Amino acid sequence: MNERGGPHVLTGTRIRERRLALSRRQADVARSVGISPAYLNLIEHNRRPVGQDLITRLAEELDVPPDELSEGREEVRIAALREAAVHPVGSNAAAELEQVSEFLARFPGWAALLIAHARRGGGLERQLVDLSDRMTQDPYLLTTLHEVLSAVTSVRSTAAILVEEGEISADWRQRFHANLHQDSRRLSLTAQALVTYLDSFEAEGTAATPQEEVEAWLTSDEGRAGDVGALASDVARAMATDLQRGLTDDRSALPDDVLGDALLHPQAGDPVQLAARLGRPLDLVLRRLADLRPAGFEGAGLLICDGSGVLTLRRAAAGFPLPRPGDSCALWPLYHALAVPQVALERMVVTPEGRLFRTLSFATRSQPDGLAGPLLTRAVMLLLPAEGPVPPDALPIGPACRICPRAACPARREPSILVSQAAEGPRGQNPRPTAL
Amino acid sequence: MQLDILMIEDEPNIAEAVRFILSREGWQVDLHPDGAGGIEAIQKRRPRLVILDLMLPNRSGAEILCDLRAANDADLAATPVLMLTARGEAAQAGAQADAVLTKPFDNEDLRAMVRRMLA
Repeated sequence: MNERGGPHVLTGTRIRERRLALSRRQADVARSVGISPAYLNLIEHNRRPVGQDLITRLAEELDVPPDELSEGREEVRIAALREAAVHPVGSNAAAELEQVSEFLARFPGWAALLIAHARRGGGLERQLVDLSDRMTQDPYLLTTLHEVLSAVTSVRSTAAILVEEGEISADWRQRFHANLHQDSRRLSLTAQALVTYLDSFEAEGTAATPQEEVEAWLTSDEGRAGDVGALASDVARAMATDLQRGLTDDRSALPDDVLGDALLHPQAGDPVQLAARLGRPLDLVLRRLADLRPAGFEGAGLLICDGSGVLTLRRAAAGFPLPRPGDSCALWPLYHALAVPQVALERMVVTPEGRLFRTLSFATRSQPDGLAGPLLTRAVMLLLPAEGPVPPDALPIGPACRICPRAACPARREPSILVSQAAEGPRGQNPRPTAL
Repeated sequence: MQLDILMIEDEPNIAEAVRFILSREGWQVDLHPDGAGGIEAIQKRRPRLVILDLMLPNRSGAEILCDLRAANDADLAATPVLMLTARGEAAQAGAQADAVLTKPFDNEDLRAMVRRMLA
């Protein structure tokens, strides 16, 4: 039997298996649904296709839901069973793949259970991978743990000096006591922040927010292939579907070849001129450059926010530290663009780690519901990794206040967990005692 | 007179504790608090030993170490380097460093390691 030869093949087998399971005679069933026994025989041996009306009548006669016999669903289930059978589970058991359609036809309940278990297992596995990635790559977690380790190192060495080093001058003793006090406070604050953050993992119930899930998916093979089904949550799938729709619309409005040709122009590095030459909106050109990443725009990232400042799309540029969803730096030029719609802003920015980026931001306004409708604003920022020395007018930005070490930032809205610099002022700035 | 030790460390309290410990042994210790300018500080001071933190702002300890080993001046390129790291980073740091000390460390271990490297 060839279950991949055509949808009707499987349907016929299922009809036959179901009829035999009910101990019904072929002639009786055929008569009840208004066809000849010979024709039903051909259907059951997968030699004739079955229309949807006939499937519905047969399903009623055989006391099963119509979709139990319908072809598309069966194909999907066969694929799901095959996937479950080949997934490595650490056992040597080998499923009889050549009998998968027979198994599905004879034991639909067991098959459904197996598929459900396999899907649940796959979902849990993805969640575990996400969690593992988060533990090893999450900038917030890495920064916090580094803070803890630094404070612990300082406390241990300083305490050991006070206990083990013998005679120490009063000035130095006082100095080390102050350092201990400072580091112990820093340690307790950072530990509290860490516990709160880890609690949020449990509160969310998932390894990542839907937005993080979609962002990870975008850079995966499944994301590049547009396989929305690979996403674990309904919300993430809906977000990815919207995103894909937007990308498809953008690609139709500015096809790869049209953009590619325009990029051959000597001044292609200026997206404003590029947009003018193409006769396309600048925000569309910026989105397409981030999508296509042609020569001169390699490693490009894209941030899009709505009028409230909430980021609706985050595609990281190489080396640009994105904070967790819902968090951002108020100094990103993206937010400046919101205040000056239809004005293209170019700005070099520098991260606390010294990484340099060229940014191009542009905001648009629209009234999708007409004159009486609300005025909506949206801003887009293209991020391009840059090389060379940091220019004096580069804007110092951060990832988000909580993990940003810039103590004197005028846009700070909450203390940093890097309390040493952000909340308490720089350490080690007091005059150092001279005598040891 | 040649500087004994240049420590490149952005955590001032750690740097201060280490300088105190090593200075008591009679070694002259200077500090540089940032990854930026780290290689220039080594070139300028020509220390007998560099104590280098891996996680530095602006330029990581690993990058500074790469720059140092790639220096045209063979003597400079061969400067002994003791790398301070977190446990998980030890493999990354150890490739070109002469010795690695994981944080948090015991002061006596630090002293013994520096003594060995300066002997």
